[in-house]
Amino acid sequence: MIWNEAMECADRETMRTLQLEKLKKTVKYEYDHVPYYKKKLDDAGVAPEDIQSLEDIGKLPFMEKEDLAINYPTGLFARPKKDIIEIHASSGTTGKPKIVGYTREDIDIWSEILARGLAMAGCTDESVVHVSYGYGLFTGGFGPHYGGQKIGATVIPMSSGNTEKQITFLQDMKSDILCCTPSYAAAIAERCAQKGIKPDDLHLSAGIFGAEPWTQAMRDNIEKGLGIKAHDIYGLSEIMGPGVAVSCDENAGMHIAEDYFYPEIIDVDTHQVLPDGEKGELVLTTLGKQGFPLIRYRTRDICSITHEPCACGRTSVRMSRVYGRTDDMLIIRGVNVFPSQVETVIARFSELTMNYKLYVGRKNNNDTFELGVELAEGLPIDEMSFIEDLRRRLDHALREMLGIGCKVRFLSPGTLPRSEGKAVRVEDTRSYIE
Amino acid sequence: MYIKQISVFLENTTGRLTDFTAVLKKNNVDIRAMYVADTTDFGILRVLVDDPEGTKKILSENGFNATVTDVIAVEVEDRPGGLHDVLEELTSRNIGVEYIYSTLQLKNGKVVLVLKVRDLVKAQSILSEAGVRMFATEDLA
Repeated sequence: MIWNEAMECADRETMRTLQLEKLKKTVKYEYDHVPYYKKKLDDAGVAPEDIQSLEDIGKLPFMEKEDLAINYPTGLFARPKKDIIEIHASSGTTGKPKIVGYTREDIDIWSEILARGLAMAGCTDESVVHVSYGYGLFTGGFGPHYGGQKIGATVIPMSSGNTEKQITFLQDMKSDILCCTPSYAAAIAERCAQKGIKPDDLHLSAGIFGAEPWTQAMRDNIEKGLGIKAHDIYGLSEIMGPGVAVSCDENAGMHIAEDYFYPEIIDVDTHQVLPDGEKGELVLTTLGKQGFPLIRYRTRDICSITHEPCACGRTSVRMSRVYGRTDDMLIIRGVNVFPSQVETVIARFSELTMNYKLYVGRKNNNDTFELGVELAEGLPIDEMSFIEDLRRRLDHALREMLGIGCKVRFLSPGTLPRSEGKAVRVEDTRSYIE
Repeated sequence: MYIKQISVFLENTTGRLTDFTAVLKKNNVDIRAMYVADTTDFGILRVLVDDPEGTKKILSENGFNATVTDVIAVEVEDRPGGLHDVLEELTSRNIGVEYIYSTLQLKNGKVVLVLKVRDLVKAQSILSEAGVRMFATEDLA
């Protein structure tokens, strides 16, 4: 079902006209309401009036995480406190959190884009939406919550954790749609299997999973384990939270709600805007957001976009799965490595599970790189040669994918801690201070 | 006549073997024979117990990667050349031994050896023809 056909299926010209109109307004609005942004434009020698076409967006400076840090906590808010009705914050791994504020209109936009996303997963006012993202400052819980309520579905605000209770509610409340991180969906599926609960014993038909990079193979495992159709969701709290883009039944990329978020893909080094299909960093501009608008915000997420209309009937621009974050990117012995590349390799081995962790360290002025991965259950491990052969094939596949070697350590099932939110995949203990 | 042996994958970390023996102790499982092959980061432990399938289930539930393998248990004279005579039978018929270890108790004053071979059926008929006594899991209890 298409929630908002006028916007999701608009022809390109209509959409571009709307986007330009909203872009002009957004730049003027931010220039007038956020002194820091006014100075930034003035310093760059650009005036709001210089935006006469969508391509003119290239004249505007980028906004980066550092701009948010300088303006901590609310320096980039475009509205006074009395207009802000909700606050969220992203889990900053270093330094201070990024605090974002929403006006009533912003919450309406958020509800609208999640209603679109949930509708892509088949949600109607008859559906039960089970939200296992964390509720709180993290935006994961509230986005699908508002979207489900906008549709008129029954929303269960489970939050994350207590997997036993999650499964009880999934069964007893006959939940139709599960919203959580892919790693938590995998953990729920794993627990169901351990308890002998089959996909048919659950009422689930679809899941909306995001907030961390995941692979097609992991999606296949979750779909099989829970008997559902999995949908990708993308978002980041600085921009709005989850729902900026969601994938439809075609599983052919995520439809960006481009009447609210204007996407560009740039080359990380040259900052040049890249054409459709080329991988680069996603840059987003909010169109119409009031409390905390952002123009040309560098998301650090690596993906590509396409403007080709989708087989589902929607014409909105689609983004690929996020391949990794420039933040997640590890530089090991001078080579760029993304954890998602390792995951892609692991997924090809039926002898391995998706429970893995990367350990990066330093020894004798050299980077050490090690993969700990849990073995699947029921393997014929009696002979040494079985493990040695597996190790040889995995070593080879990793080297081919990454371009560098990675020491493999096999682990017993259940050794690594299970994640209820975003999985911690990397432990980097390198220190350059001797 | 096969013996069902349990093979367990163990990380080569301090305390991992103790984790394993703790599970056996808690479930009152007696070890009849054991053998460990180890590398720098993992080992494979093979054990004979009274109830291999039940013990494997318990181990899996406790987070161990365990598998049940068929092996042969043969009686060997406790004298110089006792082992050689048995192996000679297999080698002369081109049967290779993957690994071999001894049980923890003598049986009727004789040694019981556990053999893993690729071709179990053939190995068994060769040994039977040669008059080598073999055991079933129950015999070792």
